[in-house]
Amino acid sequence: MAEPRCGYHRPAAMTDVAMHYCAGCGHSLVHKLLAEVLDELGLRERTVGVAPVGCAVFAYFYLNCDIAEAAHGRTPAVATGIKRAAPDRIVFSYQGDGDLAAIGMAETIHAANRGEAITVIFVNNTVYGMTGGQMAPTTLKGQRTATSPLGRQPETMGAPIRMCELLNTLEAPAYIERVALDGYEGVLAAKKALTAAFRTQAEGKGYSFVEILSPCPTHFRRSPQESLKFVGTEMAAQFPVRVFRREGAPVNA
Amino acid sequence: MNTPEPNNAASDSGRVLMMGNEAAGEAAIRAGCRCYFGYPITPQNELTAYMAKHMPAQGRVFIQSESEVAAINMVFGASAAGVRAMTSSSSPGISLKQEGISYLAGCRLPAVIINVQRGGPGLGSIDPSQGDYFQATKGGGHGDYRLIVLAPASVQEMHDMTVQAFALSDVYRVPVMVLADGRVGQMMEPIRLHQGPPPPEPPKPWALTGAKGRPAQNIRSLYVQEGELERHNEVLQACYRLIGEREARLEETETGDCEWLIAAWGTCGRIAKGAVRQARARGIKVGLARPLTLWPFPSARLAELAGRVRGIWVAEMNCGQMLEDVRLAANGVTPTAFSGYPGGRVPTVTDMFKALLAVVNGNHGKGGGAPAPAGAD
Repeated sequence: MAEPRCGYHRPAAMTDVAMHYCAGCGHSLVHKLLAEVLDELGLRERTVGVAPVGCAVFAYFYLNCDIAEAAHGRTPAVATGIKRAAPDRIVFSYQGDGDLAAIGMAETIHAANRGEAITVIFVNNTVYGMTGGQMAPTTLKGQRTATSPLGRQPETMGAPIRMCELLNTLEAPAYIERVALDGYEGVLAAKKALTAAFRTQAEGKGYSFVEILSPCPTHFRRSPQESLKFVGTEMAAQFPVRVFRREGAPVNA
Repeated sequence: MNTPEPNNAASDSGRVLMMGNEAAGEAAIRAGCRCYFGYPITPQNELTAYMAKHMPAQGRVFIQSESEVAAINMVFGASAAGVRAMTSSSSPGISLKQEGISYLAGCRLPAVIINVQRGGPGLGSIDPSQGDYFQATKGGGHGDYRLIVLAPASVQEMHDMTVQAFALSDVYRVPVMVLADGRVGQMMEPIRLHQGPPPPEPPKPWALTGAKGRPAQNIRSLYVQEGELERHNEVLQACYRLIGEREARLEETETGDCEWLIAAWGTCGRIAKGAVRQARARGIKVGLARPLTLWPFPSARLAELAGRVRGIWVAEMNCGQMLEDVRLAANGVTPTAFSGYPGGRVPTVTDMFKALLAVVNGNHGKGGGAPAPAGAD
């Protein structure tokens, strides 16, 4: 356990490096929450993370724990390999929406279905950020992106995929929750969810999944404040914020 | 700890009768493979089934993955965690693994990949082929990297080379491929199993085990700072040069006085030995050069041999792939001819002997024309 200290401090699980993220981006916040949770649960020194391809690829520069960089979408497979090789380690997979729900959909579902004892942190901001704001599997209906310039049309582009609901159809997952970084309370809820997820893994209860609805002001083409509002209203309307699975049992809405 | 001797065949000669695919699986276990990940594909299914039976029984990891893509990335994870890991597949599945192989190479992670080749391109056939030589030795995935590629021609070599693959992979921190084919994978032969401890495992201070008592570390292949990737690639190339200097292996048969040289690998190389015997019985001075490593390619020794023969005949179960490396090694000092068997057909000794005679008698295309189709000799 980290020594309790008054006021703001940098978690031991974070490095003293300036992040490259855009103003108002949710990733920096998620990194910080993740680092705080690793500190508070005393897990940092036995944690191995897997960084995705996408905006969070440089997570290993910001998080002060061992991290492997995976190919795009393969993060849960790499995490599976690490966890199976070293079952006493704490293993997390940090992924964006394109990585997790498009190119890595198969790896995502099958790692969950096997009940791999890993924690998947899914940062859903409805766009491919690093490549320039293309349409993601979670882009909202009508949402304009670089590759849906007239707005996402479900008739030809499909509707946004709800990952928590999809994974909740499987038998194995132990913990599934969706939270929204839409303001102060959302941030606290996200930290609580991450804590529950890592505790699930540390207690040997199996697979845990936390979806974090997250702002991307750059590609939302909104101010940081307006982006938080977008997350809390339009995104949360499509992606209900709640616990789906706890202790391996479905939780009713 | 070794597995019990296979039930089917312990004999007083110390040899056991095993199928090539199973012999590779047993070799991996004896070489200290801790994690195996695979996906079904013919003609290597017996290997996956062998691992499914024997790995969990020894407290080791077996996963039937959702795809070959996932399997190679599970290998990546296990290797990153510092343990010996392997996957196996056949040609179409190996194509799917190329992304992961490139990442393994870029991250300098050891791994063993077994390719029990079948016909291609596309779905091809399930019959034996040597069509993946280019893919294995020239890249396959993106970027400047190399695999060590071993080419077994028998069940014994399938076993021994799999053990060797783990050793080489750990020493050089490169993925190693055992490039077998459906014939070697499916046939049964008596073999001697690897005895004693696994090959020594060097320390792996780079492994991701949690940042306890040391700074956090990462394993990555992304280098975006100016000059960083260039330096990284120079490190890789230095490693490949070292491997090239040390690890090229060539098996020679009757090359001491030969006037004609056959160059063939794997199954074709084994059948070619029969053709050499038939030719020698008729007084034709033929020798055989069979590369045991396809990369590094034994170019230096082949160049020496090329300098003192009247011609080189290359035979492969493809349309002429190793042929290019033989020509590069010979560098024009002697003519080359080629016979290819690209349709899943395994040539007989008689097929090869007839083709060889045509070369010796000057009836075969000299100087390296277009690959001759099988039977056109």
